[in-house]
Amino acid sequence: MIILDPDVVVAGGGIAGLSAAIAAGRAGASVLVVEAAPKALRGGNARHARNLRLMHAAPTDLMPGAYDEAEFLADLGRVTEGETDRAVALRLIRASADIPDWLAGCGVAFQRPGGSLPPSRKTAYFLGGGKAVINALYQEAARLGVTVWHAAELVGLTGGRDLAIDIHRADQRYTLRPGALVAAAGGHQADIDWLKRDFGPAAERFAIRGTPFDTGRVLRRLLEAGARPAGVPGRGHLVAVDARGPRFDGGIVTRVEAIPFGLVIDRTGNRLDDEAADRARTHFAKWGRLLAERGDAVLILDADGERRAPVPALEPIRAAALDELAAKVGLPPEALKAAATAFNAKGSAARIATPPFAAIPMCPGLTFTHFGVAVDEAMRVRMPDGEGAANLFAAGAIMAACVLGRGYLAGLGLTIAIASGRLAGEAAAQYVRSRDART
Amino acid sequence: MPEPDTAPEARRILRICQACMYCEGFCAAFPALGRLRDLSEDDLDHLASLCHGCRDCYFACQYAAPHVFDVNVPRTLARVRQASYAKHAWPRGLGGLFRSNGRVVALSAAVAVVLALAATLLLVPSEALFAAHRGEGAFYQVIPWTVMAGAAAAALAWACLGLGLATASFWRAIRPAAVPSRVLIRALPQAMADIVTLRNLAGGGTGCREAEGTGSQLRRALHQSMVAGLGLCVLATSVAGLYGHVFGWQAPYPVLSLPVLSGLIGGVLLTVGAAGLMLLKRRAAPEPLAPETLGGEAAMLALLAAVGATGLIVLAVRDTAAMGAALALHLGLVVGFLAVLPASKIVHAPFRAAALLRDAIERQRATAETRRNDGRNER
Ligand SMILES: Cc1cc2nc3c(=O)[nH]c(=O)nc-3n(C[C@H](O)[C@H](O)[C@H](O)COP(=O)(O)OP(=O)(O)OC[C@H]3O[C@@H](n4cnc5c(N)ncnc54)[C@H](O)[C@@H]3O)c2cc1C
Ligand code: SF4
Ligand code: SF4
Repeated sequence: MIILDPDVVVAGGGIAGLSAAIAAGRAGASVLVVEAAPKALRGGNARHARNLRLMHAAPTDLMPGAYDEAEFLADLGRVTEGETDRAVALRLIRASADIPDWLAGCGVAFQRPGGSLPPSRKTAYFLGGGKAVINALYQEAARLGVTVWHAAELVGLTGGRDLAIDIHRADQRYTLRPGALVAAAGGHQADIDWLKRDFGPAAERFAIRGTPFDTGRVLRRLLEAGARPAGVPGRGHLVAVDARGPRFDGGIVTRVEAIPFGLVIDRTGNRLDDEAADRARTHFAKWGRLLAERGDAVLILDADGERRAPVPALEPIRAAALDELAAKVGLPPEALKAAATAFNAKGSAARIATPPFAAIPMCPGLTFTHFGVAVDEAMRVRMPDGEGAANLFAAGAIMAACVLGRGYLAGLGLTIAIASGRLAGEAAAQYVRSRDART
Repeated sequence: MPEPDTAPEARRILRICQACMYCEGFCAAFPALGRLRDLSEDDLDHLASLCHGCRDCYFACQYAAPHVFDVNVPRTLARVRQASYAKHAWPRGLGGLFRSNGRVVALSAAVAVVLALAATLLLVPSEALFAAHRGEGAFYQVIPWTVMAGAAAAALAWACLGLGLATASFWRAIRPAAVPSRVLIRALPQAMADIVTLRNLAGGGTGCREAEGTGSQLRRALHQSMVAGLGLCVLATSVAGLYGHVFGWQAPYPVLSLPVLSGLIGGVLLTVGAAGLMLLKRRAAPEPLAPETLGGEAAMLALLAAVGATGLIVLAVRDTAAMGAALALHLGLVVGFLAVLPASKIVHAPFRAAALLRDAIERQRATAETRRNDGRNER
C-alpha cells in the first residue's frame, strides 16, 4: 500500500519515530515512516543502546527499590545544572513509568537482573540490546499497517496550516501533504561540516559513535521554518574512543575503558592528565573533552595494566620494548620512555614496567550533541512566539536538548525518545482526528 | 573454496562481544565468554559447543554486516564447532569426513540399506520373504536373528566406541583444572537440567529465530520431540531384545505391549521432530548459517526421519507380505545410522553435554566467588 496523503508522517525510523508511529497507528491514524537508512541499517542510535531509565514507585521484576519523580528530576537537575525545561521533563518522567508494559506489548523483551547482570535501581536492560528492540518495534509497526519507506529522506518542509514535505527516495522526489508531521530524525552529529562550525576544527577528528544517517537535515528544516532552538550549539557528549575504529557506528565497543590502568600521552609525548584520578563512569566524558581540546593521544599500558582492564574490542598494538612500541604508533621513542619513567616515579598504582607493552590510539567520539528544537508539553514544536505548532511534533534526540541541556544520565536518551515518541504520536493522531471532525 | 581459518576470525569477533556483551541474556555462551580473557583454541571449542545455534545474537547484533565489524557469532561458532568435531574424531581419519558430511551420511546410509536389502534377497528364500508372516518369531523367518542382532550390535559397538572416544578427547581438552568433587556434585544436576531442558535454545525466554522477527520455542520443541522419540525407539528395541532373548517371548508383540507402544510413540515423535526441523531449515535466513555445515545436518535429519518412518512402516505392514522388505529397509537404515554416528552431526550431543558440564562447574565457582566477595564487602 502506498499512501500519498497519510494522516501522519514520521520522519526518522529510530526508536522515537517507531514509538510515535505505533502510538499514532494504534490511535487509528494512517502512518508513513520515512527512514533515511536502508533496511539493514535502520533504527538509528538505539541499535547501540542497552538500558533505559525508568520511574517506578515500588520494586518491579526488572528493578529493585523505587525511583520516584522527585529523585529522577533531582538527578536530571544535577547533571544539567538546571538546563532543563522542567515541565517537559516532568511530562516525560511520568510517561516513563509504563514504558516497560508498553514495550512488552510491542514484543520487546527485557533482561531480568541476575547472573551476569547486576540489579540496577534506576535503569532496566533490554535482552539482546537495542537492535533487538528495533526489530520488535518494526514488526509491531508492520502488524499495525504502518507503511515504512527505507532509504528515504525528508529534504523539504513547508510549515503552517498547509503542511507539506518533500521526500527523496530512490532518485524520486515525492511531495506529501500529511495531516501532521512527527520530526524524529535524531540530531545532526553525522554532519561533520556542521560539527566543525559548532565545535571548531577538532570535529574533523571526531568519530561519530552512532548512525551516519543523522545528518540533521530535518532539524535544519525545522529551524528554517522558525522552530525555536534548544540547547547550545557546540556542546555534546564526547568520550575517548579507539581511533582505529570506524568513523561512524562504532557504538559502545570502541570506547576506551582502560584509561585508569595506564598512561595517556599526546603525540609529542606529554602526559594529558591524571589517568586514575576519577574512576567513576563520568571519567569517559572528561577524557572525550580533553582529546577534543588537546588533540589525539595514545593510551600506554604494560602487561599488568592490560590484564586488569576490561578486554577491548580491538586488539591493542603491542611490542616487547617501549621504543619498538613508539615506532609502531608513531610517537617519539625518547619522549615515550621519558614519560613512562616520570609516570612510574610518581608511584601511582598503574605502572609502565612489565612487557609486553600495549598502545591504544585514541580520538574523541561524539555520542550526541546538546542541540535541537524546543517543544511544549504535548511535544509540539515551539515556534517563534513560543507556542507549539498545531501539526508539527518533535520526538527523541531532535528535541532532547530541551530536557538535557548539558551532561548525561545513563539510560536517559532512550527514555526521552520513547516517552516523547509515544506522546507525539498520540497527539498527532488526535490532532488529525479533531481536524477531520471539524471539516 | 579453501577452508577458512576459523580460530583467528572467531577471536576477532568474540573480542568485540567481550567488550559489548549485549547478548549475555540469550544463552550460556556469552556469560562463559565474559569469564574468559584470552581465548585458547580449546576455549573456542568449548564456547562453540555451548552455542546451540539459536541465532538470536545474530539478529540482535548491532555489528552484523553491512557493518564493517561483520560480527556473526552463530556462523563463526558453527565453523569452530565443525572443526572441533573433526579434531577430536575417532578414529582420527574420520575427521576429514566432516568436511563433506552430507555426502558421507547419505552414502553410508544408502550403502547400508542396499547391503541389507541385497543380503535379505540373497539369503532369504523368496517364498519366505514375500509371504505374510504372522505369529511368534515372524520377523526372524525373514531375517535370521543372528544376522539382525549381529549387524546391529556391531554397528552399535562401533558407534559407542567412536562417540565415546571422541567425547573423551574433547573433554580432556576443555575440562577445567582441578575440580573438587563438592563442586562437581553441585554442577552435575545443573548440567543435566541444561541438557534435558535445552535451556540454551530458549533465547532467554524469547525463543530462537529462523529469521529476523519474533522468536519461538518451536525449534526447541521439535528437537525435544526428536530426542524423546529416539529415546523411546531405543527403549522399544532394548525391551524387545530383553523379551525375546531373556524371557523367550517371541516378537511380534501385541500393539499394547511396551515395545510396540514405545516404538509407535517414539517413531511418531522422531519422525515428526526430524521432519519438522527439516522444514524449519528451509525457512531459515541464510546469513547466520555456515553453508559447509548444512549438508551434514540435513542428511542426518533426513536419516533420522527415515529411521522413524520406516520403523512405523514395519509396524503398519507387519501382518502383510510387505513386511520382509520393510524390515530390511528399516534395519539397513538403523545400521547405516549407527555406522555414520562417529562422523556425523550427532557428535554435537555429547560434546555439548561436556561443554555444559564445564559451564556448570564454572558457574558454581563464580557463585562461590561472589559469595566470598560479598562477605568481604559487608565488612
Ligand atoms: C553508542 C551509543 C550508545 C548509546 N547507549 C544508550 C543507552 O544505553 N541508553 C540510552 O538511553 N541511550 C543511549 N544512547 C542514546 C540513544 O541511542 C539515543 O538517545 C536514541 O536512540 C535517540 O533516538 P531517536 O529515535 O530520537 O534518534 P536516532 O536514533 O538518531 O534516529 C533518528 C533516525 O532518523 C533517521 N533520519 C535522519 N535524518 C533523516 C531524514 N532527513 N529523513 C528521514 N529519516 C532521517 C535516521 O536514519 C535515524 O534512523 C546511545 C547512543 C549512542 C550513539
Ligand atoms: S553478537 Fe553483537 S550485539 Fe551480541 S554481544 Fe556480540 S557484538 Fe554485541
Ligand atoms: S546463536 Fe544463540 S546459542 Fe549461539 S551464541 Fe548466539 S545466542 Fe547463544
